[in-house]
Amino acid sequence: MISMRKASKILVCLFIMVFAVSGCGGAKKGPEGDARSQTKQVVNMNLSAEPETIDPGRAKGQPDLTVVNAIMEGLTRYNLKCELEPAMAERWEISDDGRTYKFFIRKDARWSNGDPVTAYDFEYAWKRVLDPEYASSYAYQLYYIENAYEYNDPDNLEVTSPDMVGVKAIDASTLEVTLAVPALHFLGLTAFPTYFPVHKATVEDNPSWDILADTYINNGPFKLVRWEPFQKIVCVKNEAYWDREQVNLDELIFSIVSEESTALALYERNDFDIVYNIPSQELERLKAAPDSGLKIADELAVALYIFNITKEPFDDVRVRKALAAALDRQALADYVTRGGERPAYAYVPYGLPDVNPWDDFRKMGGDYFAESIEEARFWLSEAGYPDGKGFPEVELLINESQDNLRMAQAVQEMWKQNLGIQSVTIRPLEWRMYLGTIFTMEHQIAGAGWGADYLDPMAFLDVYVSFGGNNVSGFKNETYDELIALANSTSDPQVRIGAMHQAEQILMDEMPILPLIFYTKPYLMKDHVKNVRVPSFGPQMEFKWAYIDR
Amino acid sequence: MRYVLRKIISSSITLFVIVSLTFVLMHLIPGGPFDSERKLPDSIVKNLNARYNLDKPLREQYIIYIKNVLTGDLGPSIKYENKTVNSIIKEGFPVTAAIGVAAIFLAVFVGSLLGVAAAIYRQRWPDYAASIISTLGISVPGFILAGFLVYLFAFRLGWFPPALWDGPKSMALPVLSLAWFPTAIIARLMKSSVLEVLNQEYIKTARAKGLPMSYIVIQHVLRNAAAPMISYVGPALATILTGSFVIENIFALPGLGKWFVLSISNRDYTVILGLTIFYSTLLIVLNILVDLVLAVLDPRIRYTKAKGAGL
Repeated sequence: MISMRKASKILVCLFIMVFAVSGCGGAKKGPEGDARSQTKQVVNMNLSAEPETIDPGRAKGQPDLTVVNAIMEGLTRYNLKCELEPAMAERWEISDDGRTYKFFIRKDARWSNGDPVTAYDFEYAWKRVLDPEYASSYAYQLYYIENAYEYNDPDNLEVTSPDMVGVKAIDASTLEVTLAVPALHFLGLTAFPTYFPVHKATVEDNPSWDILADTYINNGPFKLVRWEPFQKIVCVKNEAYWDREQVNLDELIFSIVSEESTALALYERNDFDIVYNIPSQELERLKAAPDSGLKIADELAVALYIFNITKEPFDDVRVRKALAAALDRQALADYVTRGGERPAYAYVPYGLPDVNPWDDFRKMGGDYFAESIEEARFWLSEAGYPDGKGFPEVELLINESQDNLRMAQAVQEMWKQNLGIQSVTIRPLEWRMYLGTIFTMEHQIAGAGWGADYLDPMAFLDVYVSFGGNNVSGFKNETYDELIALANSTSDPQVRIGAMHQAEQILMDEMPILPLIFYTKPYLMKDHVKNVRVPSFGPQMEFKWAYIDR
Repeated sequence: MRYVLRKIISSSITLFVIVSLTFVLMHLIPGGPFDSERKLPDSIVKNLNARYNLDKPLREQYIIYIKNVLTGDLGPSIKYENKTVNSIIKEGFPVTAAIGVAAIFLAVFVGSLLGVAAAIYRQRWPDYAASIISTLGISVPGFILAGFLVYLFAFRLGWFPPALWDGPKSMALPVLSLAWFPTAIIARLMKSSVLEVLNQEYIKTARAKGLPMSYIVIQHVLRNAAAPMISYVGPALATILTGSFVIENIFALPGLGKWFVLSISNRDYTVILGLTIFYSTLLIVLNILVDLVLAVLDPRIRYTKAKGAGL
């Protein structure tokens, strides 16, 4: 979901910035801003990209998730404090072994056409996502459910009937879910769009129901009224929504302007209230302007360089440790990314729950290594390259973008200055060529990012199991695998979190990956917009409780 | 008529070759439409490939594709679930065409005016002004101009919206940015061909007869000097009608241009092919039209007698 910032910045941005924006301060009032009615509650957010789909079962990218989260609702929803709240489900019961969940759908839950939302809609929606012919690329989000993977796998000839999948509507208001193994973060997943219900009658009747605003039936706080491709998506308050008293906005507009500098200019002209993807060269100016509305939210994502430990010289852990210790991560955050990122001395970012949900997994785990040039030089000479002498030619592969390139150049320079390594070259590749190269492990070091798609350290740690599809480092460690398996099968939170801390310790001792920084999400939001939650993963913004106060 | 018929047949063959070549080249680019930084489980990749017929051998995919194209169905977009190639063209082309046609008209009008003025008032200020403008037009890219226009007209003066597609007013800045380059080219082409025509015997005759200069220019000079410009405008129109990625991006327009770039980086196979067919057809049709217009303008051109077909 998160890649290292992919947006490529062409000369255009620079030019428009120089000529268009820097000259006109944020205080300038545009005509729209003044003309807007004092009483009408409208928020206009720039979505940056056209959603690829707004069918909840297929929604995948951030624009998709943001829109779907505003107009649809699952069994649960994260509230303003990021706590899980009952939503379509009024309450639930979890069996002692943690494998069976019973959800009770609230009586007043309604679709936008007035029909009640039933447990049957959920059962239908989940089985639809898992149907091999429906081919949802996010179907694996549901693999925690019994027989879900087996049914979704087209090569599995034993489980071919959806009836064998562990989700069943006992009656219109009771949904029973059986998991393959106890997954402690399952409840949180039910707030994610892949788990949202669909209106069974509509979807059975018209497979392209989700293409037009007229045929789109939804159950969330807002209702879709107009979709102009690559321009805007207009939503209004959904009067059929069960919790409509909490919804304050009359209108929610998602504009689609992909050019970062154009979007910023429209924000400064007061056409937009919220803008993402700020050109990084503008961050310093926005930080200095007190009324710019620049805010920095946490993001559950880490930037890292992945070693290919099956190739020389990175098969030697001392080389990997030397390279990791020889960087100045604070400088990278201050002068390269400039979005208030935190230096990463471990792999799992801040913002994930520990045994006690109010404790932070990262803070409890602490740092696993320190920056020290002396130590780095020591490791490097131990490995046979004193002062970088004789260090082989090494290629640092990155996905082609200005931001990635600047980061790579800074790191290259630090290795040169601090370790005397002269032989690192940077190789930028087009996105899909880059992916092809790392997944076939033809790289030596590759710049990468990893982000969570659920609120649990496991979203990061299970990447590096020995045969994990995303483990492109060549790292194989039995103890690590055992710890991850233990964490995935126990129903005791203490044991589970403990195993994950140990696993992270092993990963950082072996260092097949070199953590750089924990990402943040800089965004601009006008001061009159209140109560918008900025989730650290999934949708970009939560608007259910938002309101305007001028 | 026979000329047009022959042209249509030879163009269909050209088109077929283009589509087949694109099909092969496209599948040679490394990477596929479902690649992402999060490697998908095999089960999911198999389902996705089956859904878009990508699990079949290439030859079979090719036959299915050609069959669909012949029925006018360019297929679904693989990346955007809610779009087909037909709907992409239907949504994007009117926007791109509106801006493109306006830009070409503007370029032809202003360019010709500059060119003719420069030729007639040679070595005087209209000539110098025209050559400064056309040098700027050729050397300053349209997107740089776009940035400048946005700054001046949208932010300083507030006359036009800086971006997004909302009524005729939002056309102004993109049209100016797009017309910039062709205006410069046309001015240069016109200047040199007008100069050439002015030295012809029949112009001297006309002047000797005592005809007013304005009459001569409109009746004789323009008609005879327009040929190079028209040959240029045909293909230029095809290029402009398929949109400009950069201009559309800056002004956030829902046009066709972005799809040429997006579809390749997304490996959205059906969109790549569909747009190639669309662009090639447009180019071929406009070239035939240019030939016909030239024949009407210049009685010396008669295609029926031409021996080399397909030129």
